Amino acid sequence: MKFEHTKPYEDWFWEKNRIDLCFDHVENIQFENKLIRLRSGQSKTYDKLVLATGSVPNRYDWPGQEANGVISLYGLQDLELLEKYSSTTKRAVIVGGGLIGIELAEMLRTRNIEVTYLVREPYFWANILPTEEGEMISKHMQQDHHIDLQLNSELKQIFSDSNGRVEAVGTTKGERIPCELVGITVGVRPNVEFLKNSDLEIERGILVNEFLETNIPDVFSCGDCVQHRNPQAGRKAVEQVWYTGRMMGECLGETIAGISTPYIPGVWFNSAKFFDIEYQTYGEVPAKLPNDMSDFYWQHPEKKASLHFVFQKESEVFSGINSFGIRLRHAVLEQWIKEQKTIEYVLTHFRDAWFEPEFHKNYSHEIIAAFNQKIGSNLKVETKSWKRILSHIKSATYGH
Amino acid sequence: MVCLWGLKFILKYRHSRYHIWRTVVLMICQLFLAFLIPEILEGLNQEQAYFAKDLKFFWPLNYYFFEDWHLNAMAEGGSMGMFYLVWGIALFLLVTPILTYFLGKRWYCSWVCGCGGLAETAGDPFRHLSDKRLSAWKLERWLIHGVLVYIFVVTAVVLYGYFSNQSQIFGIDIYTWFRKPYGFLIGAAFSGVIGVGFYPLLGSRVWCRFGCPLAAYMGIFQRFKSRFRITTNGGQCISCGNCSTYCEQGIDVRWYAQRGQNIVRSSCVGCGVCSSVCPRGVLKLENGPEQDRINDKPILIGRDDVRLL
Repeated sequence: MKFEHTKPYEDWFWEKNRIDLCFDHVENIQFENKLIRLRSGQSKTYDKLVLATGSVPNRYDWPGQEANGVISLYGLQDLELLEKYSSTTKRAVIVGGGLIGIELAEMLRTRNIEVTYLVREPYFWANILPTEEGEMISKHMQQDHHIDLQLNSELKQIFSDSNGRVEAVGTTKGERIPCELVGITVGVRPNVEFLKNSDLEIERGILVNEFLETNIPDVFSCGDCVQHRNPQAGRKAVEQVWYTGRMMGECLGETIAGISTPYIPGVWFNSAKFFDIEYQTYGEVPAKLPNDMSDFYWQHPEKKASLHFVFQKESEVFSGINSFGIRLRHAVLEQWIKEQKTIEYVLTHFRDAWFEPEFHKNYSHEIIAAFNQKIGSNLKVETKSWKRILSHIKSATYGH
Repeated sequence: MVCLWGLKFILKYRHSRYHIWRTVVLMICQLFLAFLIPEILEGLNQEQAYFAKDLKFFWPLNYYFFEDWHLNAMAEGGSMGMFYLVWGIALFLLVTPILTYFLGKRWYCSWVCGCGGLAETAGDPFRHLSDKRLSAWKLERWLIHGVLVYIFVVTAVVLYGYFSNQSQIFGIDIYTWFRKPYGFLIGAAFSGVIGVGFYPLLGSRVWCRFGCPLAAYMGIFQRFKSRFRITTNGGQCISCGNCSTYCEQGIDVRWYAQRGQNIVRSSCVGCGVCSSVCPRGVLKLENGPEQDRINDKPILIGRDDVRLL
């Protein structure tokens, strides 16, 4: 796979759709004159402006962080740097136990580079994942992919040699780890620095209302650079994932085209891949279970596959699921959560949600047997129904 | 060839039971149907004139099926010849439409076929070289359906010659102007030289995509009357492009996936690799009700605002 393959559309797409791509840097924006000054000296005017400036990787002022060989993993330029340093790297240290760090680890392992992974928390991605899943992924990294995972450990400083190239890192535990590459993957923050001395209201990100309007007329914003003034209950003001960015873009596209559309994210979902293990999540699966919620965790005895069901303790209403190594049908899960199905309903109809490739084993029977054993019930698996699946897809995609 | 490279393919895709099953069936079909059984039958009936005894090799892919020498050989081949004649016609008229309705054309193209088998196994390392441009798709539709029309015309003329005992039609020689050019242009040059020889330049399925008349015939069913589709999983696509990159048929799978639309395309051979390389579990090859199979005004799942119909 090459860079060309990552382009979502062919090059003629933009002109054909009357989109004038202009590759330049914005120096400043005069909102009162609706004028944008570019680095090349050119300027552009606008009727409506969308600020979709994205985010920049965080760095927390560690001593030595400017050394050669300290990289982030965000854009093409980072990838080029990674390629450049990889050939002279025997061991790399990654800082930050989240989605980007583990992707970087996987990339480095494909070049047979030894990886030491510093994770501040007691297990991988502990602020999102419950213990069971976090430990499964930690184990997968260590045993199957030979990552030197250092838990409860933070970066303290970076040492470089006389050429300015990284030669080691120091950790908060007082260890010194020799390495030639340091990957900093400790989250991102809105890319708004160049807008800060303007009339635009900015806190952590560009402040927007539910129509993604900023405080300045005809100026909108969407994506990673945004901070919502009134986030929905249970949602964050700065929510930087692919899917929210995409959905904000959809809404704003409609609004600017003349159909005012508020950004109202629906049932939470996300996905990732941790080396060999795919991950999908739907609804609410807190890392630490609150008192009014109950859960049921099933893990395959040998394979790297698990499901974590979470439901309300009193009403038994299904609230969310984490799925590892098993593909599930988005529309079905979304509708189950919206329609407040009970955990019994979810388990008995689980074949409707199964999205694994044909000929792959369906574990519905094993899962329900484990649940029956746990709570002494006698639930049985219903056969898959296309009628139910299609009705879920219909209500998921065509409004309510 | 198919058996050896098939083993390599199985090793590479060992985590997918779909690929294991598919490749094992492919290997069995090549070993027994294409090679051993015809060889044995040929050995047992040496005094008889040759006719094609590969049970899965039928018109219009087998372009000489209705040529006079082949029809005569089958007619003289006793009950076995008769069986092959009836079987060949039934495959085209009955078995293919029915199986394609229930399973999509993959039942043949990536589970049974010899050309397909070679492309799936020996051609696997070249699958990403297929042309993904819209212009290639436009060319594909003209070429493959052109070949389909061509073989229909050639066969109609050949059958006219057979039943009327003439070697000319409207004063034009049937062999020189119909049989020979098709055999040379399509049978040898296109399917053989370009189709296989150009794997490292054009990707593994050039013949299947641009030329095969049987693929075109099944493609029409797959597009308009079939239960097969590749389902796109709600709003989970991240536009990474793996699916499009590794589609050997040059389908821009991502174009559909990132807008939540199911993939219903006449050219899809159902190899299943797009689903395997997807890092987010977005694609699933499946057979289901025809209702809502084609959702060409899709809306991605995820938002709760009032939606437009």
